[in-house]
Amino acid sequence: MRNRLAVLLPAWAWLLIFVAAPAGILGAIALAEADPGVPPFRLAWSTAGFAMLVADDYYLGAFLTALRVAATTAGLCLAIAYPMAMGIARARPDRRVLLLALLMLPFWTGFLLRVGAWIGLLRDEGWINGLLQGLGITDAPLPMLYTEGAMLVGMVHAYLPFAVLPLFAALLRLDPTLLEAAADLGARPAIAFLTVTLPATAPAAAAAFLLVFIPAAGEFVIPELMGPSEANLVGRVLWQEFFQNRDWPVAAALAVALLVLLLVPIRLFQRLEARP
Amino acid sequence: MTALLRAEAITKRFGPTLALDALDLEIGQGEFFALLGGSGSGKSTLLRIIAGFETPDSGRLLLDGTDIAATPPWARPVNMMFQSYALFPHMSVADNVAYGLRRAGAPKAEAASRIATALAMVGLSGFERRRPHELSGGQKQRVALARSLVMRPRLLLLDEPLGALDAGLRERTGFELRALQRETGAAFVMVTHDQEEALALADRVALLDGGRIAQVGPPREIYERPASRFVARFLGAANVLEGRAAQDRFDCPDAGITCAGAIPADTVAIALRPERIRIAAAGEGPNTARGIVQDVAFRGDDSLVLVDLGGGTTLRVAHPEEGGPPPARGAAVTLAWEAADVVPLAS
Amino acid sequence: MTRGRFVRAALAAGLLFLWLPILLLVVYAFSADRIPFQWGGFSLRWFSALAANERLVEAALLSLRIAAGAATLAVLIGGAAGWALARFGPFRGRAVFGALIGAPLVLPEVVTGLSLLLLFVALETATGWPQGRGALTVLFAHATLGAAFVAVVIQARLAETDRSLEEAAMDLGATPFTAFRTVTLPLIAPALTAGWLLAFTLSLDDVVIASFVSGPAGTTLPMALFAMLRLGLTPEVNALGAVIVLGVGAMLAVAALLLRPRRG
Repeated sequence: MRNRLAVLLPAWAWLLIFVAAPAGILGAIALAEADPGVPPFRLAWSTAGFAMLVADDYYLGAFLTALRVAATTAGLCLAIAYPMAMGIARARPDRRVLLLALLMLPFWTGFLLRVGAWIGLLRDEGWINGLLQGLGITDAPLPMLYTEGAMLVGMVHAYLPFAVLPLFAALLRLDPTLLEAAADLGARPAIAFLTVTLPATAPAAAAAFLLVFIPAAGEFVIPELMGPSEANLVGRVLWQEFFQNRDWPVAAALAVALLVLLLVPIRLFQRLEARP
Repeated sequence: MTALLRAEAITKRFGPTLALDALDLEIGQGEFFALLGGSGSGKSTLLRIIAGFETPDSGRLLLDGTDIAATPPWARPVNMMFQSYALFPHMSVADNVAYGLRRAGAPKAEAASRIATALAMVGLSGFERRRPHELSGGQKQRVALARSLVMRPRLLLLDEPLGALDAGLRERTGFELRALQRETGAAFVMVTHDQEEALALADRVALLDGGRIAQVGPPREIYERPASRFVARFLGAANVLEGRAAQDRFDCPDAGITCAGAIPADTVAIALRPERIRIAAAGEGPNTARGIVQDVAFRGDDSLVLVDLGGGTTLRVAHPEEGGPPPARGAAVTLAWEAADVVPLAS
Repeated sequence: MTRGRFVRAALAAGLLFLWLPILLLVVYAFSADRIPFQWGGFSLRWFSALAANERLVEAALLSLRIAAGAATLAVLIGGAAGWALARFGPFRGRAVFGALIGAPLVLPEVVTGLSLLLLFVALETATGWPQGRGALTVLFAHATLGAAFVAVVIQARLAETDRSLEEAAMDLGATPFTAFRTVTLPLIAPALTAGWLLAFTLSLDDVVIASFVSGPAGTTLPMALFAMLRLGLTPEVNALGAVIVLGVGAMLAVAALLLRPRRG
């Protein structure tokens, strides 16, 4: 028992200080009042910050935009990831390792560098415009960077590998004799896919969607570097409130509201993950 | 028989489930003992309590008269062969066998000779440098045995020792286990769910049910004289007939038969082994029955004949090959048995 | 079969989508042209420009130091937490413990960053520590993030490691500590290494949390890079990309060797 305490106590202490306490402080400051001092707030029991989130269309819009962009990103990732996962699951086992490595390696090369690479491809004097003009397809640069499309490309590129993994695992677990049984009972491959594969992998597809949706809903860097200036996602608005406006209580209220909003998807994701 | 290990009123709960219910048990010096039971019977919990991986909620566990219930596993002169064998995958065979000796601080030269002896005993001399993943299932089992036996335990615990082996290897390994047990003189306590394994290997068998001992005794005794309906059914599918005891008689009204013999007044059912029932030319009165052959299954030495007695009762009858061809399906037959083969069951 | 061909084509297209920007980034690092992603002949000039950029080099060195420290701390905390979750059974407060260790996995980065900053501010007000913010606060934040991932890796590894191995060690006379040292630790060593590398990479990759919890003296490489990308792209970014891609490639080759699945 003493051995266990020696392991548990430091871990508990760390988690209470660096995970539980920050959450409590965040809640307290969301209820504080802004104040032009250092630090720029005064503790209080004020719901003014939250009231502002509800009253001001700007904040409401930030949440709606974030949810819409996150859902679009997750949907696109799912649509692209499903056939990719099938391709990897069907490959010979020795090739699978290589394909999985090819899938995950970009993740290890640095998120900002990949965003930088997309900027280099998409901007007015970038690689794609150079190619288009060089081939004589266009004679003026096509504006691509700082559009919603560019932002979505960047987000799909960042999150796609995470959508493939759960689908791949589910497809690999799928008992191949189920498909043989379906074929034996008269189902052509397309029907077998629709009636056996798809339902059996639906929970994994939901998990893949949420695995992208949850972080994408709070995304800051990609909208900031690749999106149009009017794409005010909640992560970006929170950043501005904190760093530019120095309004800590509103930033904290935004964070708490974002958390509450994501609570259901997070619980849902954890349920799906806990399934055998 | 001097008791080596004595469990007194051992009780263990896991949350709401009662795994062991005030269980008493005695295991003698140098005895080969089997704990037999289905899943959830408490046999594995008892084994883990003897090894020290679980602590009983109440009761005493005496080894040579000393209560060891609170002694941690690393300080008990008891060793265990795990069901999965639990060979350390990052160590060679020799290092696996040396592990316990190193912990005990045995001198190098002595350890080396003991390791060599233990490996020779299980027929694995020359395998010292192999890694566990380079061994077959049977070889892994022998390394696990050597690793336990090298510690010279008073009591060796074996968790489903034959469970992970191919059918062909089981019989041979079983005989080898008995030989090792005689050679070392240690008491072996084996857990198994397979009644054939328990009956074949052990000097005594305890059949566990719901955290209690349903019956304990030599294999032949519990096979031939089951004490309860549970024991009779668990040990190889005896016919169990419900009914009422009367003066030297047991009536089974559903099946329409009567058994005569020494029937105690508290008998609630009787057991009849399939191989004790014979198909007779004719007969009437007690210890006979009439029925229709429902199906016949050929089993090699004999045929299993299912006879429908009516009233929802079917008797399983083993018809030996030397008794001529078995009756055909649909035939009307008369069955007969000796009064001495009727086993009265009190519960 | 047409569907098989479609699946293969989709996989190839998806991998191309993932790799094309990275490959072009690396290729154009060797271009002499001042405009990134324009070919102006082979040259290593942007690598020397990168090496001469003191701000970036300093930020990179700081990031490496933070990442190494954070990964080491993360392995200690996350390893202990993963071990407790996998092996301690239903201890008191286990559900809360599991939720706390896993929280950084699911929280948006802006929320983690903001709440940790508020913690450091509150701590400084209450206790005088930490004095200001910088490399140390980033290290603590990254260790917390990394510990969440390490705990998952270790818990999964222990879940697939036969528990009776530790019991067998104790049965043969090893105390729990000796059993851990001689059996558990060697078996989870590859997972600990993988967890360290994962935490190290996450730290090197993070810009959002670091931006919140860092101070004037603690500009990490991602923070510097983010500031550069906001203003536009320079060929030095390409050179940095090439260095990192090749460096990570070498590191992963080592990790792959260490993590090769053991038979048996």
